[in-house]
Amino acid sequence: MEHTQPTEQVTEPKEPILSLNNIEVIYDDVILVLKGMSLVVYEGQIVALLGANGAGKSTTLKAISGILKGEEGKVTDGSITFMGDRIDNTDPEGIVRRGIFQVMEGRRVFDDLNVDENLIAGAHTRNSRAEIKQDMEMVFEYFPRLTERRHTLAGYLSGGEQQMLAIGRALMARPKLMLLDEPSLGLAPLLVKEIFGIIQRINREEKTTILLVEQNARMALSIADYGYIMENGKIVLDDPVEKLRENEDVKEFYLGLSKVGEKKSYRDVKHYRRRKRWLS
Amino acid sequence: MNEIWFLLQLIIQGLAIGSVYGLVALGFVLIYKASSVINFAQGELLMVGAYVCLALLTTFNVPFWAGFLLTLAFSVVLALTIERFVLRPMIGEPVISIIMITIGLSLVLKSFVSSIWGVQIKVFPAIFPQAPIKAGQIVVSQVYIYTFLASMVFLVVFALFFKYSRLGIAMRAAANSNQVALSMGISVKRVFAVSWCVAAVVSAVGGILIGNINGVNITLSAVGLKVFPAVILGGLDSVAGAVLGGLIIGILENLSGGYLDHFFGGGVKEVAPFVILVIILMIKPYGLFGTEEIERV
Ligand SMILES: Nc1ncnc2c1ncn2[C@@H]1O[C@H](COP(=O)(O)OP(=O)(O)O)[C@@H](O)[C@H]1O
Ligand SMILES: [Mg+2]
Repeated sequence: MEHTQPTEQVTEPKEPILSLNNIEVIYDDVILVLKGMSLVVYEGQIVALLGANGAGKSTTLKAISGILKGEEGKVTDGSITFMGDRIDNTDPEGIVRRGIFQVMEGRRVFDDLNVDENLIAGAHTRNSRAEIKQDMEMVFEYFPRLTERRHTLAGYLSGGEQQMLAIGRALMARPKLMLLDEPSLGLAPLLVKEIFGIIQRINREEKTTILLVEQNARMALSIADYGYIMENGKIVLDDPVEKLRENEDVKEFYLGLSKVGEKKSYRDVKHYRRRKRWLS
Repeated sequence: MNEIWFLLQLIIQGLAIGSVYGLVALGFVLIYKASSVINFAQGELLMVGAYVCLALLTTFNVPFWAGFLLTLAFSVVLALTIERFVLRPMIGEPVISIIMITIGLSLVLKSFVSSIWGVQIKVFPAIFPQAPIKAGQIVVSQVYIYTFLASMVFLVVFALFFKYSRLGIAMRAAANSNQVALSMGISVKRVFAVSWCVAAVVSAVGGILIGNINGVNITLSAVGLKVFPAVILGGLDSVAGAVLGGLIIGILENLSGGYLDHFFGGGVKEVAPFVILVIILMIKPYGLFGTEEIERV
């Protein structure tokens, strides 16, 4: 929370590390999923991308990391820029080499590989064996729980441990920008808190910029500097988190608080803005 | 007492041949795990390897080790060509089309070989000492012992490669999930290519070892078919299982040949693996170590 979005009065010379300009993504040549999606991430920030299920959050991350192509998806319009270069036609290997690493939704560890081997796979694009070894120690410092599990197959880890491994594996690539897709998914609240604390530490200590996709808006806004709210394939609202947290609609629809501050059930939550759904 | 010696002798020979099946099965499973391609041309890769090595040794009079290494190099080039120009364009096509492609490939390789070398059986110049060894009343040709050792050397080398090398780990990662491997910056295309290379190399080694025992002709490609019972016994997606499956099939085939041939007038050996295959499919459809497919309704 020490980091804040540079506003007019702050003259901090922060660079936009990533920008999505009006991108459009189509699956299977016909299903239009992102419809003019724009977003900017500044170096050193944690940026939260929030939105309901099916809004297109994962698609946005996959468009950035280039793994969309493997799913019959395509960026058909707009541009994606990373550190000044267009990357919308770069393959996933090139993206990782440039310093972007996506932690996919649903704790996608390599089940048949043990913890150490998962970490080594994460370091695939790096060369120095000595550095890789050193970084494994760093991962175990962030996630001490993984230390005793080093030789256990990832498939046998608990859900929380798998999420830790997935994030640790991302650290092994030493990315400049980490894309996290719903790290809280299916985890107990205490564990979510622990993991979010570590994400924040990684951001501060490793100077890793983070784009965090979440449905758990409360948690995400508690560690992020800036937030975007996405609906039906585009951004409908964005602000520094301090402002977002005070926004009545966000309170009502995403933080589950009605005006008097009582909890609302998620079922009552309507779309932030009603839009025609042409396709979905 | 004679019976026991006879049994042991059959088992030893079976183990030797089975170790070669295991080696070839490793190649088959590798391709399957990396890319879900069922390679019906595995036996033809083996046959081509045997012929190329034979030609180098006899027609070109190359010394064995040079001929052997050149054959492996040739197999790598062949595999890269096949992967790049035959299989890669098929990525994303239905499984049945890819199967048809590998069957087509097997026919092409077979006709290629028979047009160059004919169909006559050719004797492989002996690689290993031939003299039989006796232990108790067991008499086995040393060839079997050396064959077994040679397969084991290759199996151990590949086991170490997959366990400790970064490329080996990346290949296992890609076998686990192509998509997640891709997100690590692992080039899945390269993994496919390397899988084909390894498959072609182990097949060529297998072809040379079996050719050295049985002679070389076009029917060597049938070893590829025997690999199916081995991998199905072991579980289509388990490398260790495939190797073990190969050993078991080798032994069972030799035992059934040894004990049943005089009842049926020969040929039992050729049929036995497939009878075993049917039995396995009935009682353990996912093999001993395979992953059960979860049916989602
Ligand atoms: N591979 C795909 N092919 C076709 N449609 C897809 C594919 N992946 C996602 N979609 C569709 O795109 C929309 C957005 O999905 P996604 O990006 O996963 O949303 P979110 O992560 O916000 O829940 C959904 O309507 C989903 O059905
Ligand atoms: Mg999602």
